[in-house]
Amino acid sequence: MEPSLARYIWTHTRKQQLWILMIVVLSMIPYFMSFDLPKLIVNGPIQGKGFEQPGATQPFMRLHYDLPFIGEVQFFSGFQLDREATLLALSLVFLLLVVINGLFKLYINTYKGRLGERMLRRIRFDLVDRVLRFPPGYFKRVKSAEVATMVKDEVEPLGGFIGDAFLQPVLLGGQALTAMLFIMVQNFWLGMIAVVIVVIQIVLIPRMRRRLIVLGRERQLTARALSGRVGEIVDGIGAVHVHDTSNYERADIAARLGLIFKIRFDLYQWKFMVKFLNNFLAQLTPFLFYMIGGYLVIEGRLDVGQLVAVIGAYKDLPGPMKELIDWDQARQDVQVKYQQVVEQFTVEDLIAPGIGALTIDDPGPMTNPLSAIGLSIADDGGAMLLDRISLQVKPGETVALVSTATGGAEALAEAFARLNWPDSGRVASGADDLLELPEAVTGRRMSYASSDVFLFQASLRDNLLYGLKHAPLTEMTYDGAAADQRRWNIAEAKRSGNPDLDVHSDWINYASAGATGPHDLFEAVRRVLDAVVLSRDILDLGLRSSADVTRHTELARRIVELRAALRARLDEEGLSGLVAPFEPGAYNKEATIGQNLLFGAAAGPQLADRALAANPYFASVLKQAGLDRTFYDMGMEIAEQAIELFADLPPDHPFFQQLAFMSAEEIPAYESLLQRLKNRPYETVADNDRAMIVTLSFAYIEPRHRFGLLSDELMGKIVTARNQFYENLPPELQNAVERYDPAKYIAAATVMDNVLFGRVGNNHPDAPDRIRSILHDILDELGLYGELLNVGLDFNVGAGGRRLTGGQRQKLDIARALLKRPDFLILNRPVSALDQRMQDRVLRNVLEEARRDGHSPAIVWVVTNPAMAMMFDRVIVFDGGQLVEDGTHETLLAGNGIFKELLS
Amino acid sequence: MLLKDEVGMLQRVPLFSGVELAKLKLLAFTSDRVSYDAGQILFRQGDEGDAAYVILSGKADILVDSDDGPIKVAELVPNSIVGEIAILCNSSRTATVRAATPLEVLRIRKDHFLRLMREFPEMTIEMVRVLADRLSHTTADLIDARSANNE
Repeated sequence: MEPSLARYIWTHTRKQQLWILMIVVLSMIPYFMSFDLPKLIVNGPIQGKGFEQPGATQPFMRLHYDLPFIGEVQFFSGFQLDREATLLALSLVFLLLVVINGLFKLYINTYKGRLGERMLRRIRFDLVDRVLRFPPGYFKRVKSAEVATMVKDEVEPLGGFIGDAFLQPVLLGGQALTAMLFIMVQNFWLGMIAVVIVVIQIVLIPRMRRRLIVLGRERQLTARALSGRVGEIVDGIGAVHVHDTSNYERADIAARLGLIFKIRFDLYQWKFMVKFLNNFLAQLTPFLFYMIGGYLVIEGRLDVGQLVAVIGAYKDLPGPMKELIDWDQARQDVQVKYQQVVEQFTVEDLIAPGIGALTIDDPGPMTNPLSAIGLSIADDGGAMLLDRISLQVKPGETVALVSTATGGAEALAEAFARLNWPDSGRVASGADDLLELPEAVTGRRMSYASSDVFLFQASLRDNLLYGLKHAPLTEMTYDGAAADQRRWNIAEAKRSGNPDLDVHSDWINYASAGATGPHDLFEAVRRVLDAVVLSRDILDLGLRSSADVTRHTELARRIVELRAALRARLDEEGLSGLVAPFEPGAYNKEATIGQNLLFGAAAGPQLADRALAANPYFASVLKQAGLDRTFYDMGMEIAEQAIELFADLPPDHPFFQQLAFMSAEEIPAYESLLQRLKNRPYETVADNDRAMIVTLSFAYIEPRHRFGLLSDELMGKIVTARNQFYENLPPELQNAVERYDPAKYIAAATVMDNVLFGRVGNNHPDAPDRIRSILHDILDELGLYGELLNVGLDFNVGAGGRRLTGGQRQKLDIARALLKRPDFLILNRPVSALDQRMQDRVLRNVLEEARRDGHSPAIVWVVTNPAMAMMFDRVIVFDGGQLVEDGTHETLLAGNGIFKELLS
Repeated sequence: MLLKDEVGMLQRVPLFSGVELAKLKLLAFTSDRVSYDAGQILFRQGDEGDAAYVILSGKADILVDSDDGPIKVAELVPNSIVGEIAILCNSSRTATVRAATPLEVLRIRKDHFLRLMREFPEMTIEMVRVLADRLSHTTADLIDARSANNE
């Protein structure tokens, strides 16, 4: 990148800088005219000059010039206006000039601001573009949070500076020079005094500021390191807690903040010191003027008028000078920041832009063998991971790489995936060096999955299809406002040197997954998910999440059918006791009292959980049904029982998980509440205390808690209250609850709850598992399996995929690699998080899926267990960075080499 | 059956007979009430032991696998506890337990059970006493069996 900020700005904004300069010069005309006008108004119409005679008129807007050689030329004789009319006319001109000046200012500021923002956009994009082109080894040394803070924060001040980069010095310099010249003209020696002081300022101040620059750089580096450490704490929070090192981290952060404070404080001290000196020098000049100038006047070598004029002119000098010095400070500050960032982003061996160039059309298949030729790779410490390896993988061949602990098979797989660059030798596809092939070829015709999986914080679907998003394949058509927006996006992107690729276009390369479009892509997705044995997990995620009914309409439409099928199957297998169904006219014993009262899913905060008892409308319904007192008494009973049982236990005791009514932290509050309310008549208890107590009863389930608090009569009353609640539901609560209706899908509830439409019995320990397996069957029978899998694919995997287990992440990575249908499939210990049985199953499935439909990709698999090598055409064994054995499984087994040793 | 009835049942289990009433109530509350139909399996021989069971009502058979299929070795009646050995020894189940009639049990999870033992030594001592008692019975049985064999 361009190391000088000024040159960087000049290269990209030359035309705009010149244009704005021109506009500024132009704006000077009305600006100076507005200086002259007050004098005209005061002297003319107000004081009456030229209007001495009553009824006298003066020409207004007379255009006449004295031209050389020709003499006076009159273009327009002007309007003859009397005194009042002239005052009005001149005042209006003044107003007009005010407006024009304001508009100029508005235009200039907007233009400068936009210029700066465009440049900022360009710089940020350039930086991220470079990140995309860094060689892989570089990422071992940088912290992601530091890079992010450079792109985001450190270049931010550049935007503000760029508009003023050239304009300010020209403008202020001009002003200062004019004032200086004026002084010179009045008196040479006084002028020389001013010049000397200014020179001292110009020489001394930047010298002193040098320390400021050093401090500024330190400030930037320490702040960057801080954000790197914060990022590390977030990423490594598990390690922090596991090792009880949170106080070590606290100490580290506090030490860093202390250092940053010290640097910043030094910076302020020095800055104000420089400011003081600067002001002092500026004030020194008038002192010299008064003393020396006064002396000259007394001596009679200078007249008073000149001295006054010089002092008057000097007033205009410090302003521009100060601003000029400020500008210089800003320039240096920004230049340091820019250099700091550029240094970090200037890396050797940057990937050439052509390698990652956008390629719309798919490249042809890779039909050449993949080979390592004299390949050596060392790790950062210099130890050899691979030592002059030569081997060739033919198209269609399946190869197991078996490795001892120091083998180096992983390094070879990474080299095939271009993730580890050779120190000597090369990796080649046919005659081409693999590193010189465009990523459009290797990224589409080769796939790589490893044990070290990275997932983006997006849905499962997005992560799975990520490997297909190489280029915008469809031209999106927009109309109306969207089309304007798109045109604007393109124009602006071009102006900032950004690409104008449409992120909303369909980037998914269906053909590469063996599909023709969105409608049959799902088939391919389902096959790869089945292959890596992930479908069931995703199905369960789907069951546990609430489906977006606007997209999964099929599910909502057939929910009744699904419920009936489940019920029928449970009856058939004699398991109908497993689920207590919701029936509009009946009490559900396996559900809480609260659920029985509401008989619906809360779709907002108003009626959810604890808010239910406190809701005024709900409370009024209970009162009407004569239940308020009952629930209060019940709540008191529960509170007593719970406190009796749990009061002695420490708050972190695992038994608290069993206590559904209150959390461990609430026990003391309830204990004192109970003390207060005991023996107090119900009528005198405050509303919020009542709600606190009543809410306890709402969590009660008779078969689970077994306090014996529920009678048949009470259940009947609860059902009546439920109906009353819905009869007069006020409009503001209409959307806060979705009533359970056997014929309707409940959008606010999970898919599982929707299908069950009831509660799983509390006294069947294995009920959830049995129901899930029955449900899987039914979904298949009804042809809804795919729909539900689709719901599961909406699941957001969380930051770095952490909402999935390690095994699920690895499976997803393999599925993503398979979906591309590559010519070379490189798998680097891809299933290490799974148990051996599952590893074998995934291996078998993947080999089969990769070869489906007559496809025959080469598969290179670094196996975790040598026994897995049996499934491959060829086995290559590595030990100590050397290729030690190469042959079929049988031949290696027959020999008495390392492979046999590893197997035993 | 209500919580207080269960506490009454627990009191009659020899293992818990010396334990304070309040603790028993806590144990009952934090345990799950589970029902089984006749023929359903509570756990199988070889499974990992994750809970102990107190029979509240109904009967269950203890079965041990043999070459000729499972053999019934004992019967469980209300107030008896089963499965506590596996959670104490961290071993797998030594027998299969199957409901012989409709069965109501209290399922005490392993971690709860161990936690209670740690926190209430009087309960632990009581349990040690019961187990030692059983051991001396078993030893006596063994001696009888050996001498019977030798004759």
